[in-house]
Amino acid sequence: MSHFAKDMTPDVTWKDITPGCCIYEGGTSQVVETGNWRTMKPILDMDKCRQCLLCAPVCPDMSIPVDSEGKRMDFNYFFCKGCGICANVCPFGAITMVRDEK
Amino acid sequence: MNDTIEIRWHGRGGQGAKTASLLLADAAFNTGKYVQGFPEYGPERMGAPITAYNRISTKRSTIHSNIYDPDYVVVDETLLNAVDVTAGLKQDGAIVINSGKSPQEIRPMLKGYKGRVCTIDAGKISEQELGKNFPNTPMLAAIVKVSGVVQADEFVKDMEASFQHKFASKPQVIEGNMRALKRSMEEVQEG
Amino acid sequence: MSIRERLSGNEAIAYAMKQINPDVMGAYPITPSTEIPQYFSTYVDNGEVDTEFIAVESEHSAMSTCIGAQAAGARAISATSSCGLIYMAEMLYVAASNRLPITLAVCCRALTGPINIHNDHSDAMSVGDAGWVMLFAENNQEAYDNYLQAMRIGEAVSLPVMICQDGFITSHAIENIELVETEKVKEFVGTYKPEHYLLKKGEPMAVGAFGMPAYSMESKRQQAQAMIDAKDVIRKVSDEFARMTGRQYGLIEKYRMDDAEEAIVIIGSSAGTARECIDALRAQGKKVGMVKVRSFRPFPAEDLVDALKNVKVFAAMDKDDSCNAHCGPLYAELCAAMYAAGVNGPKGINYIYGLGGRDVTVDSIGRVFAGLEEIAATGEVGETYRFLDVRE
Repeated sequence: MSHFAKDMTPDVTWKDITPGCCIYEGGTSQVVETGNWRTMKPILDMDKCRQCLLCAPVCPDMSIPVDSEGKRMDFNYFFCKGCGICANVCPFGAITMVRDEK
Repeated sequence: MNDTIEIRWHGRGGQGAKTASLLLADAAFNTGKYVQGFPEYGPERMGAPITAYNRISTKRSTIHSNIYDPDYVVVDETLLNAVDVTAGLKQDGAIVINSGKSPQEIRPMLKGYKGRVCTIDAGKISEQELGKNFPNTPMLAAIVKVSGVVQADEFVKDMEASFQHKFASKPQVIEGNMRALKRSMEEVQEG
Repeated sequence: MSIRERLSGNEAIAYAMKQINPDVMGAYPITPSTEIPQYFSTYVDNGEVDTEFIAVESEHSAMSTCIGAQAAGARAISATSSCGLIYMAEMLYVAASNRLPITLAVCCRALTGPINIHNDHSDAMSVGDAGWVMLFAENNQEAYDNYLQAMRIGEAVSLPVMICQDGFITSHAIENIELVETEKVKEFVGTYKPEHYLLKKGEPMAVGAFGMPAYSMESKRQQAQAMIDAKDVIRKVSDEFARMTGRQYGLIEKYRMDDAEEAIVIIGSSAGTARECIDALRAQGKKVGMVKVRSFRPFPAEDLVDALKNVKVFAAMDKDDSCNAHCGPLYAELCAAMYAAGVNGPKGINYIYGLGGRDVTVDSIGRVFAGLEEIAATGEVGETYRFLDVRE
């Protein structure tokens, strides 16, 4: 009987569900796509970005990856919920919120 | 002795009736008996009348109620007017009273109780032998003597051992308690 | 050889705890269970056990402490009574649904009001739906014996266990007791080896998950199965205990039931008082008997039906009132068991008795049997919702 989170779907039976709905592994949120909650989407204009990095720490969903050189990369749209905080803090107008057409 | 002997203690909160009932249970237990020792709990107020009970038997008693028709009652004289101490007391039983008075002086205060009336001045014995008013030990000795619930010599031996254990560092307390115990067994009056 | 002793129910429970030497005790004092953590904390202080004793500010926190400790992989224990138990109620459900086999000693005491510190079963019965195994003791010996079996039962089915005894009546009464040698206790109880626990190396774990409607019902059904499975576990552990001590327990105990026509069904210390009454009535040639419920959770439906199916009339004795204008909890579940099994021969009545410490004497039980005899003779059941020894 599996006790992995991926198998605890709405089809799991009472015999197979983990006792107390406990989860016996770490990092299970990595498989949950929160990007599809989004209605507005941030777009980064690389020409205007000065790499000040004010945006990265305020992202509530860790969706602004920073590389080993200390430079931010494009948004991780798998997790980004489109809250717009990054666009709000950017001093250079490098982030624009647009309607997310899926 | 009957299969089961039932004893009711009337005392005042904080003055040791509960402890005495547990000591009696201990003494009977140590001589191979089945025992019950339990107080009737209530709001615990220093000086208020309290009741404690013993059942002592040769086979395990399974009854878990209070005792209404005791074979023996043990009581302090100051409670005689406050509590109906002879209620349900068997006529072939006895009442043991901590008092300097004689049984003949006490009997008129017992609402026509016809059984044995025993008195012991436990306070005086305690003052003289221990220097303080700890009437427990002499009262315990008196009820053992009167009821025969434990053989007297077995009781004396057992108490000495338990005092030696309890007061290992204070030999004078052991001696005082043992004197109080023996005196009480000799001085308890019956009438 | 067992050890001959004389202990109160509370001393016996504390001594069992000492022999088992659990990992964590989270406790908050309340009459009449206060002595249990009090005595046990002395053992901790003297270094006789290596239990982590966590003094908390409430029963809610005491149970929360146990939940955290047990989830981490430790054996956790507590003790409580009355309003302390219902203050724990929220966390009792959490412990059971997270399938944590915590052991809780309960000295049953009335719930207010009027304010009352004495014995009845209103506290324990009020948490009867919390998902705990609940064993009740007649005397200090059974409280001790049940406690020694609790962890074996709870850990086998991953459910917490309440070991209930009657407040003051057995918790504070000194009686003879046969203790089991500590080495034997340790061997019998064994060590706690959970499959998953928070401190397990290499396996991160989340406890206390949110269960959406798509999952909650499956989770609760699985929990229900654990309680169903607990019946056999209790029997097996009891059998093993009997081989060690000679003292045999089951889900219920039948006393002089073989040819009984009139029977009472009862829980706790008054069963002992009833034995005396039954012996006296038997001596008069009356066919009377008793069924004592040891396990209230799981509810021994099949055992009770089997024990009562041939009697003419029975009385279920409830030391608690469900305040439903109908009956107490034992009667309700017992009648449901009889009906479900298609057994409709015996007539059954309910007595609410012993509330708030109302003394239950041999004569009290005699009055119950007198009522049953009348029903058996006339066939008239009359009022089924009765109150014993209440002034009219």
